[in-house]
Amino acid sequence: MNDIKEYIPFVGRAVIDDLGLLSDRLKGKVVQNINSTSVGGGVAEILNRMIPLLKQLGVDARWDVIKGGGDFFEVTKKFHNALHGTAAGLTARDFEIFMETSSRNIAQMDIYGDIVFVHDPQPIALVERNSGNKWVWRCHVDVSAPEKGVWDFLMRFIPRFDAAVFSAPAFSRQLSVRQFLIAPSIDPLSDKNRELPQEAITAVLRKYGIPEDKPIVTQISRFDRLKDPQGVIDAFLMVKKHIDCRLILAGGGASDDPEGMQVLEEVREKARKYEDIHVLLLPQNDLEVNALQRASTVIVQKSLREGFGLTVSEALWKGKPVVASNVGGIPLQITHKYSGLLCHSVEGAAFAIKQLLNSPEYARKLGANGREHVRNNFLLTRHLKEYLLLFLSLYHPEDICYL
Amino acid sequence: MTAAPFRFFTRFNLTELTGLKAADLDQLLQLLTEVPGACIYHHTHRFLQQHQYLSPEPPNDFAYWITQILGERELGERLASIDIVSFVRIRDLRNEIIRTIRDYLEEYPKAHARFSSPGEEFYFMKSVSFVLPTGYAAKDLREFRAILSRITFDSLYFHVFEARLRLENGSNDFSVWFESMGETKLAGAFTRLDPYTSTMEQLRGTMLKILDNQD
Repeated sequence: MNDIKEYIPFVGRAVIDDLGLLSDRLKGKVVQNINSTSVGGGVAEILNRMIPLLKQLGVDARWDVIKGGGDFFEVTKKFHNALHGTAAGLTARDFEIFMETSSRNIAQMDIYGDIVFVHDPQPIALVERNSGNKWVWRCHVDVSAPEKGVWDFLMRFIPRFDAAVFSAPAFSRQLSVRQFLIAPSIDPLSDKNRELPQEAITAVLRKYGIPEDKPIVTQISRFDRLKDPQGVIDAFLMVKKHIDCRLILAGGGASDDPEGMQVLEEVREKARKYEDIHVLLLPQNDLEVNALQRASTVIVQKSLREGFGLTVSEALWKGKPVVASNVGGIPLQITHKYSGLLCHSVEGAAFAIKQLLNSPEYARKLGANGREHVRNNFLLTRHLKEYLLLFLSLYHPEDICYL
Repeated sequence: MTAAPFRFFTRFNLTELTGLKAADLDQLLQLLTEVPGACIYHHTHRFLQQHQYLSPEPPNDFAYWITQILGERELGERLASIDIVSFVRIRDLRNEIIRTIRDYLEEYPKAHARFSSPGEEFYFMKSVSFVLPTGYAAKDLREFRAILSRITFDSLYFHVFEARLRLENGSNDFSVWFESMGETKLAGAFTRLDPYTSTMEQLRGTMLKILDNQD
């Protein structure tokens, strides 16, 4: 567990002092976080980092987990896909299963928070227990184009919260409750983002047989069609006609995903005849991802859809110039031509990569701006500050609040 | 002249979503007339807060979207050039943005046909500000200079941008306090600064230099 003071070298003492100023205003309030799992998944990862830091700041933050069986979580997985706009085949029975488990949790869960912070759709029905305390629904999912049936179902609960939180503006819609934009964040002290000595970076390149003889273009992401790895190869081949360089496509977590394995095979097949394309199936190894990002000349995130795309912030934090699609939360992280280059097509990505490889000074400037942008807006300390403000906003409905 | 001590405040910002979006200039114009002033403030100051290390910082959100997404570069430039420092009320700034877009559409009617792709619409948001005392107070210019040199950007931002335009105090808080102390020349020098064209650190540096160089 990190000490909050360890973040001072990255953001300055004043930012940490400010967190103290805000948390002082929450003295006496209990913040009860509720989600569906204590291990695995992005939400548990965030809570595992946030709860201890909130406690260090003097906020009485606690964390409870709902109970559910395999059938419930199969249904909520379908919810997740349907919220992403994928046809999930939800049936009336699925909604019954959801409500049966929810009813048990509604009856059994100890609700004690002054503020009840419900994460994602799985525990959403608990809001039935709203008895005048403050309830917030934190949606971590891309709901820009959800399947209507599942969204309509969630809308039975959302208006009963005091506020909702989304990660990107495109996920918002007109609701009867206040809704806030709180982007996720990266942790500068984590294995994925901490500074690495050059020897560690070189060792990872050696391990995967990648020579350091030419510029390296990299995309780090799961092998998923929505990350468009085929499009990245097409863009790379356009660049390669003019500039000699290498491409790394690296990602993990595909082994338990049948479609992921199929996409990986297709990518390997396409890359087979080009010795400068390195397709790496990484185990869950944050240090290696960190090293590959730091070894890169340009980093690409050519997603077709993206929840938030924190790999962009990871790359920018390492001072790397980034070419990324203008989708999901990416435009929050990259302002075109200021902190990176946005693209809309394979051709656009190729053109942007060429620009950066041919203009190292411009690339360096974009990377440096990107790092500052992440320092100001996408580090864990900003995330903590906005959660504190969110909790305070529940007691202050006005646009300008004097604390 | 004796004046009350200058108390330094700071402010933090949370972004509230409205669920309102525009895909073309007509929809943008319509919503510009309807949204709360906090939205106009947010979209003319967001870049300034998020890119406080950059000079020149990117333009306001309206100019950025119209240039990058709709491809109307000239209108984008006209909106980016609006001299925000000359406005002391949000509603006047709102009217100027609306007038600029209307004039352009009259001049170039084909711009009505420009629209954004799904997902690239203009999403209206608003700033919720939380204002807190820092505990710092200055009784005279010497103390003021010492505190100014170490306050956070959020505090500087509050007294220079937020107090002037959002709280409609007419000028930045520092100038108002100098004026109350009879330091008219110093008040004028701070009022004449254009804080929209420098980074926060540069702005602080310029202010400290003015304080150091006064007779």
